[in-house]
Amino acid sequence: MTKTITIDGKTIPFEEGQTIMEAAAAAGVYIPHLCHHPEYAPHGSCKLCSVTVNGRSCTACTFPALEGQEILNDTKELNDSRRRITQMLFVEGNHLCPGCEKSGNCQLQAVGYYLNMLDNHFLHFFQPRELDASHPDVLVDRNRCIFCTLCVRASHRDGKDVFAISGRGINKRLIFNSESGLLKDTDLDVNDQAAHICPTGAILIKRTGFTVPIGERLFDDKTIAETSLDYERGDHDG
Amino acid sequence: MTDKVKVATVSLAGCFGCHMSLLDIDERIVQLAGRVEFIRSPLTDIKRCTDCDIGLIEGGVCNSENVHTLREFRKHCRILVAVGACAINGGLPNYRNYVPLEECLGESYLDGIGVENPHIPNDPELPLLLDKVYPVHEVVKIDYFLPGCPPAADVFWKFLTDSLEGRDPSLPYELIHYD
Repeated sequence: MTKTITIDGKTIPFEEGQTIMEAAAAAGVYIPHLCHHPEYAPHGSCKLCSVTVNGRSCTACTFPALEGQEILNDTKELNDSRRRITQMLFVEGNHLCPGCEKSGNCQLQAVGYYLNMLDNHFLHFFQPRELDASHPDVLVDRNRCIFCTLCVRASHRDGKDVFAISGRGINKRLIFNSESGLLKDTDLDVNDQAAHICPTGAILIKRTGFTVPIGERLFDDKTIAETSLDYERGDHDG
Repeated sequence: MTDKVKVATVSLAGCFGCHMSLLDIDERIVQLAGRVEFIRSPLTDIKRCTDCDIGLIEGGVCNSENVHTLREFRKHCRILVAVGACAINGGLPNYRNYVPLEECLGESYLDGIGVENPHIPNDPELPLLLDKVYPVHEVVKIDYFLPGCPPAADVFWKFLTDSLEGRDPSLPYELIHYD
């Protein structure tokens, strides 16, 4: 007999070992997320995918689907909290969309659109963060890093461990595995998965910006809910 | 006396792109003019703000005059709206927030290429620069936000028509853009 959970009252089947996020995606239910990526081990750090499971708050990307769970996902309360979290990400970093070439393809921005986020609400940190343009093909702008660790996880799979997060709290920062601390002295190659996995404009491939004009980019036409579910179902080209 | 809805607009540290975008509502402005009276605005060149229903603020807060103007607007506007990226998060002027003010002034007026008679301007009529460019919600309470750089003409139109019809303003997905 198929095991099931319910999400917002809808019955959803799952397979043993699936997380709530995986079961939801397979059933075409979008749960907002940033640090989750279906191809990498879950990290549970961004908290955007927090859902209410039998009355308790859990991150859908790390929590296993279990028979009989009653899950709330698309509620005003949860989406309000997600909007506040997204606003915190915006004020903690320096996310200036009009000056970012990832604009339109940026998942952080697209989640903001999805959650009807019109402003940043909180006081901005305006914390100066260093940019590293030393690598011939890849640029890292720490101003846009949201510490999702996707580049860390991807680089580990690339077998290179180029990226890591150092420090804690407001002092945490993205660092590179080289004697000099510079990106150019790491093993990073432009074709590595780690160079392409960043959900924001923190890791950019040089000389590719604006090849697709703003207005014709990924999230200009489709919501992040649509693109995310397309991706998880395999309807994507890369 | 008029029973038209009074609208005021102002540009702080911005580029007037948001005002240009407002004008991009094109011929619909005639329809709007039937229901709205523009009081203090760069479109009317009236300098003082009097009591009004809706105030649209473009640009961030970069100097003492911006603070004064913004506070005056808050006092006189029933609904105060932050318009565009500069008002909402400082926008492109915000790029100076990561450089100490002394270095900014030095580069512009003392050490920059082609500077003649180097000195920091200090005429008492010049407003003093703030240490950073601030979003308007960090200075006064804001009632509504229209994101974009600039917000599209349809964003202005949707917000104004919703307000005029007495509806809570809301932007559909396709009108929300941060760039």
